[in-house]
Amino acid sequence: MRILVIEDDPILSDGLRVGLGLAGWTVDTVAGCADAHAALAAARFDAIVLDLMLPDGSGLDLLAEMRSEGDATPVVLLTALDEIADRIRGLDAGADDYLGKPFDLDELAARVRAVARRKGGRADPVLRACGIELDPAGLRAIVDEREVPLSRREFAVLSALMERPGIIRSRGELEDRLYGWQEEIESNAVEVHIHNLRAKVGRARIETVRGLGYRLRNSSS
Amino acid sequence: MTSLRHRLFVLLLAATGALWLCAVLWIYVGSRIELEHVLDARLQEAARMVHSLVASGNVSPAAATAPFQEAGYEKQLSCQIWSLDGRLVARSSGAPEANLTQENEGFADRDIGGESWRVYTIVDAQKGVRVAVGDRIGLRDRLVRDLMLGLIGPALIIMPLLGALIWLGLGRGLSPLNRIAGEIAARDGDDMRPIADAAAPLEVRPLLRALNELFGKVDAARRHERDVTAFAAHELRTPLAGLKTQAQVALATRDDQARVSALRQIIASVDRATRLTRQLLTLAKLDAMPILGQREALDLGLVLEEAIRDCKTPPGLRIVLDPKLNGLAVRGNRECLHLVLRNLHENAVAHTVADGTICWRAMPDGAGIMIEDEGPGIAEDEMPFVTQRFYRTRGTTSSGTGLGLAIASVAANRLGMQLTIANRDDRSGLRCTLGRPPGMMSFP
Repeated sequence: MRILVIEDDPILSDGLRVGLGLAGWTVDTVAGCADAHAALAAARFDAIVLDLMLPDGSGLDLLAEMRSEGDATPVVLLTALDEIADRIRGLDAGADDYLGKPFDLDELAARVRAVARRKGGRADPVLRACGIELDPAGLRAIVDEREVPLSRREFAVLSALMERPGIIRSRGELEDRLYGWQEEIESNAVEVHIHNLRAKVGRARIETVRGLGYRLRNSSS
Repeated sequence: MTSLRHRLFVLLLAATGALWLCAVLWIYVGSRIELEHVLDARLQEAARMVHSLVASGNVSPAAATAPFQEAGYEKQLSCQIWSLDGRLVARSSGAPEANLTQENEGFADRDIGGESWRVYTIVDAQKGVRVAVGDRIGLRDRLVRDLMLGLIGPALIIMPLLGALIWLGLGRGLSPLNRIAGEIAARDGDDMRPIADAAAPLEVRPLLRALNELFGKVDAARRHERDVTAFAAHELRTPLAGLKTQAQVALATRDDQARVSALRQIIASVDRATRLTRQLLTLAKLDAMPILGQREALDLGLVLEEAIRDCKTPPGLRIVLDPKLNGLAVRGNRECLHLVLRNLHENAVAHTVADGTICWRAMPDGAGIMIEDEGPGIAEDEMPFVTQRFYRTRGTTSSGTGLGLAIASVAANRLGMQLTIANRDDRSGLRCTLGRPPGMMSFP
């Protein structure tokens, strides 16, 4: 998953970038409303972690703008104000969840997973397709009832393919999932990860659609 | 009496009652005079009639006195005929036996047998008789009383009806007030929207305007309070959140480099929290200090140098000190002065562009000192708030705590000095002036 963190405090922002990265996600960070607008226009995110008080405006206003423009990306609000009235205001402005500062990193990750899952229309926290079970919370993959160790990037590629099995994911889409702006993309990175994944989950399970991208398919078919 | 309706009701009813009473009194006095006049004229006429009958000799005195009887007020008139030598010649039935006549012709009030009489006497020396016609004053009074009762009776019946009408009328008349009261009562404590006064009666509008103004003030005060709380919560909790997140990252990561980086961030975070704590304690200490408390003679130049030494000046930044500052004598608390100068300097350093200049200057005539930076300045609409605790201007990086200018302002106040913050005239930065308070002739 690709996550956008909108937080102006450099230490917290850095902690979120690294910490949410540990959950297997690609995390981009911006420090203000203006940068957030630019980021939202440039890329598609699976979830947004939004601080309420930003140096160039209110996170609530940004959220309201996003929603009025039809942006349905799940948003978890972070704020120092955790009175009930503030929570209500936040949720009513279009947030999907709410966490008061200071928070637990694992809880934030779980909430981000939950809102992203609901956005994808799934109730089951575990992704299941084509004989593969992918547990985003535990970063574990079970293929044919056997646990397979995956690197963070491999996990990201596989979960992108498994979220909508049978749908083709282009190389660009997968790159977006894998690398934030702060990261350098190696030219054949996606191919390398796909190659390694095939070795781990079975060559036949990941199909190359020439000129379009990759998709998951049942190994038996 | 707090109810306007009750008050108006009682006032209106009392006024109406008083008017009625006056009217009754007027009619009473007027009727009484008129009645006396008419009845006196009747007495005179009756006396003349009896006298003329007796004088013409056609009728016996007894018959002449007979017809003076009326229904309702029977035996109102009594008639007596006396001979001049004091013998009762005749009297009407019901007339008293005692002598009503008097020596001279004309009207008289007489008291006979415990009753008051009004009598008219005609003396006829030719015939040797005195004719007297009189009526009881008691009867006259009864006549007036009956007349008054006829007036007051209906009034007593009308009064409650009038009261009811006034009561209902007041209810209708005051209904706009009730509507507004209801509108205000139905609000919850957070609803500070102004009440629409276009539909309100003219008399109520000033009240509504005052209320709306009050609503506005309360709303602004509340918003300000909420803002301060929000700013404080943000400034205090965000570093804690950063600290906790970095600690969890350090625990969770298997990458040594990431762990070291997280631990470094934790140290930076603790440093920042330490600074925030120090500033909060400084503020608490300043708050407890009296204005113009302990004072000593100070060399402003020396204190300023010390304050500048305490701030880290990034390389590339130029600091210009006016030589006139050296040896500038001030009286005050050394710690306060140090705090003002240091926080102003820190603020300037934090906002000045990398290769910019910060300039400390003495103002002419010993009016004070000023510091000018080459930063972005402060938006005019934010100017009133910059000395508030935890207030952070738009677009500020998060290195500050939002307490620096608040500390400078409180410390200046304790020194008895005036801190003025304004944008430089050419908008090239901020100018903070530390000067004598208004009304004082020299810099303290």
